[in-house]
Amino acid sequence: MSETAMDRREFIRRCTRAGVCVAAAGSLGVAFYDSRAPAAIPGPTAALTLPDYSVGPLPGRICIARGVDRKRLVRQAFAALGGMQAFVNPGERVLLKVNAAFASPPGLGATTHPDLVKAVVRLCLEAGAKKVTVTDNPINDPASCFALSGIDAAARQAGADVIVPRQSLFQRFSLTGGRLVRDWPVLAAPLLQADRIIGLAPVKDHHRSGASMTLKNWYGLLGGRRNIFHQDVHTLIAELAVMIRPTVVVLDGTQSMITNGPTGGSLSDLKPTGTLIVSTDPVAADAAGAALLGKQAQDLPFIARAEKAGAGTTDYRALNLKEIKAI
Amino acid sequence: MRIITTRRISQTFFFLLFLWFCAVSTLGEQVWQLRGWPVGWLLELDPLVGLGTLLATGTLYAGLLWGLLTVVLTIFLGRVFCGWICPFGALHQAVGWLAGRKRSAAVQIAANRYRPAQRIKYVILIFLLSGAAGDFLAWLLDLSVESSIAVAGIAAASLACGIAAVRVRKAFWRRWTTVLVLLIIGWVGLGFLTDGSRLLAASLQTGLLDPLPLFYRSVNLTLLPLLDGRMAAFSSPGRLYPGSVAIGLLFWTVVLLNLVIPRFYCRFICPLGALLEILGRNALYRMGQKPDGCTACGACDRHCEGACDPSTTLRSAECVLCMNCLDRCPHDVMGYGLHPSAAGEMAGPDLSKREFTAALVSGVAAVPLLRLSGGVDANWNPAVIRPPGALDEANFLRRCIKCGQCMRVCPTNVIHPAGLQAGIEGIWTPVLNFRVGTSGCQRGCIACGQLCPTAAIRPIPLDERLGRGEFADRGPIRIGTAFVDRGRCLPWAMDRPCIVCQENCPVSPKAIFTREEFRPVRLSGDLRLREMVEDRLLFDGPALPAERFATGDYFVTLEESPDIAPVRIKDIGSGGISLAENPFVETASPGARITVRVKLQLPFVDPSACIGCGICEHECPVKGRRAIRVSAENASRDRQHRLLL
Ligand code: SF4
Repeated sequence: MSETAMDRREFIRRCTRAGVCVAAAGSLGVAFYDSRAPAAIPGPTAALTLPDYSVGPLPGRICIARGVDRKRLVRQAFAALGGMQAFVNPGERVLLKVNAAFASPPGLGATTHPDLVKAVVRLCLEAGAKKVTVTDNPINDPASCFALSGIDAAARQAGADVIVPRQSLFQRFSLTGGRLVRDWPVLAAPLLQADRIIGLAPVKDHHRSGASMTLKNWYGLLGGRRNIFHQDVHTLIAELAVMIRPTVVVLDGTQSMITNGPTGGSLSDLKPTGTLIVSTDPVAADAAGAALLGKQAQDLPFIARAEKAGAGTTDYRALNLKEIKAI
Repeated sequence: MRIITTRRISQTFFFLLFLWFCAVSTLGEQVWQLRGWPVGWLLELDPLVGLGTLLATGTLYAGLLWGLLTVVLTIFLGRVFCGWICPFGALHQAVGWLAGRKRSAAVQIAANRYRPAQRIKYVILIFLLSGAAGDFLAWLLDLSVESSIAVAGIAAASLACGIAAVRVRKAFWRRWTTVLVLLIIGWVGLGFLTDGSRLLAASLQTGLLDPLPLFYRSVNLTLLPLLDGRMAAFSSPGRLYPGSVAIGLLFWTVVLLNLVIPRFYCRFICPLGALLEILGRNALYRMGQKPDGCTACGACDRHCEGACDPSTTLRSAECVLCMNCLDRCPHDVMGYGLHPSAAGEMAGPDLSKREFTAALVSGVAAVPLLRLSGGVDANWNPAVIRPPGALDEANFLRRCIKCGQCMRVCPTNVIHPAGLQAGIEGIWTPVLNFRVGTSGCQRGCIACGQLCPTAAIRPIPLDERLGRGEFADRGPIRIGTAFVDRGRCLPWAMDRPCIVCQENCPVSPKAIFTREEFRPVRLSGDLRLREMVEDRLLFDGPALPAERFATGDYFVTLEESPDIAPVRIKDIGSGGISLAENPFVETASPGARITVRVKLQLPFVDPSACIGCGICEHECPVKGRRAIRVSAENASRDRQHRLLL
């Protein structure tokens, strides 16, 4: 009698256990059941939108300053446009997109000059910026680029942070209406943590696109195998012009790289052109800067394409143009 | 009917079914050839395939749901799959029986006794599964970072519990709360350490030793090709599989190990067996002794397939339900039922905590270590060309079980088991080798994806492959791009007309196009015009063998007539060179230099049209290292390999 009772209890215990196991396995199987094979192309990742950093609907402003000293040039040019406070409000976070593409010393002009970086950081801080960050996704090893170009030291000295790109700072981005920038990794983290963006670009010859100035400078916000875009570089630059609506750009043509661009590598590639352009319209800045390379805006197809895409105007004289001589 | 007769019938049935499935997995005209037979059914029935892909991908793909049937059967009845269904098990049992049938009882008993090493199969199972669980683990660890508030909450609560437990002074509770707290700390800590680690990844390697993929692979790639012959054409055409020797070696090793210990593979290695053991530990029905009557004669131990000591404490998880004991026991002591064995029973081998952890940790660590090679990353190998519809490499490695179904069914024998070119993880996964087989990858064929049991190669519709209909905007599936090796190409490098590749390009309009060039041929001396007689040029200089130069591909130009296009040589004989026409009469004078030119069509590849089918590579007459070769650039399965905008 007692034996049977034991057995029955044992039996029920086993049955329950088996039942629970079957139910667990069954529900796992059914829950994760997938009658369809995975998609050919993994679905689009979370949509990323980039803010518009430009200063409201004011008509574009541009200042062409002549001189040799970058620090003075940039101060006086900004002063002519109403001072940095016209672009940066107190408490805002500013991102400076420099051109740090190559691990090359500042004297060779392949990268944004550290003096310029320093001066603009100070201007921003004086205007009350809460935080100034400097970034770029260079072609050569990022850490070496920032160190050798002198940008890292200059930025830190002046009180800015430097963001050296890492995998985790990129996010996939699709430009609305874009053909090339589709589901492409973009250096998103610094962009999303900024209220204002200032582009700081040197004037350089560029064998493929004709010139590397403020528009081409946005290339450094792309990640991935971006050099595939060289197959259609002008369209790409025009798309970048739509993608980034900067607060203001600074085009540094105190020295211009006339030959052997965009890497240069010799002092003989440089020519003193004594010009610095500050503009709220990068298309206008590049159109004006083309002259420094002995070219005209219409020699550079990306300028026309950017204008057509609505990123700005090539007719920089029609803007509120100031021309000054730095003293 | 004796129960073991029933079992033998079942085993034979499934064994023959398996062979039938292997044999019919070939495209052809015969009624027996691939006519909707469920040729992968036995693979789908294998729950290790399902569990492995579930861990690696978070999904249970289509037919793999069949594995659930095996799971349920095992939970209720124990390892019926091993003893009654598994065709590989049947093979082992047969070989083991053949090898041991003449041995003395004592030797047989010794061979069939339980050995502690039987727990090795658990180590293998855990190692392989934890390798597949990399992504799941990454997700878990991410969770700890992403919702750190929740984690902090749990940690605080468990800490409170811990303090309370210490207060309660119950050793049991104290221990468990400590473990819990340590686990949470470890989880969160690891989460932060591995945050954003791209190396933590899943790789499905169960197929290396999972019996069904192993058996399918071995029969598909090393047995059927050998049996192919005049009597029975198992595959059209006869097969070659470079590198399959390792597959055969593994197969024969595990088969021949039965000569030493019967069912060696099942007892020591089989990860599926280990999984079913775990599932069947508490099976409702099990073998066991009835209370009285055992004389310890040893008849049961002698024939025990599972080596589970039925005469003493029965290790029920090891039992493969061969039921030999039930049949052989002269005293009718053994039974299959709900009662526990009267002589005592225990589930089976257990890993020590240390062994378990070692297997788990090494499995988890192995994949990141392998990924350091960069094979799915910056260091991807362009020689790894996967079949059309294959997923991108990382996802492919999460699914492929190396069963060889795709290689077996491929009508042109172009799909082969990889050696090391796809990395250690990619051993025996399908890669295309265009040198072998009847031609490249047929444009209108989608057979491999239909047979792949795990969708490592997606089952694509023909429209998708060809890029038409609803797939028109994506274009055809490209598996790679052909590149002309101008240093080896006959017209490019050796002044010989050829363009077999262009002729064979199946894409329309062709992806290979040509540009014409007239190149001067290399002669041993100068040719000078002596005299012109109508369309004939008499000349001084080295002889021009007609069999080479009068073929229609050779032309002449004359030094003094640079504006006159090359004129085709019609014939060469004692009378000199006969031309198709003679426009030189006006300008040429005796003594002018004659240049013989070969008309070459130089092949170029249009990368936007090329689908990488490799027919050009297969057909190229430069047979050693082909002068046009496909590499994985621009393959549609991975956008990172894109070549064009
Ligand atoms: S890809 Fe081939 S070998 Fe891999 S699982 Fe699919 S059919 Fe089997």
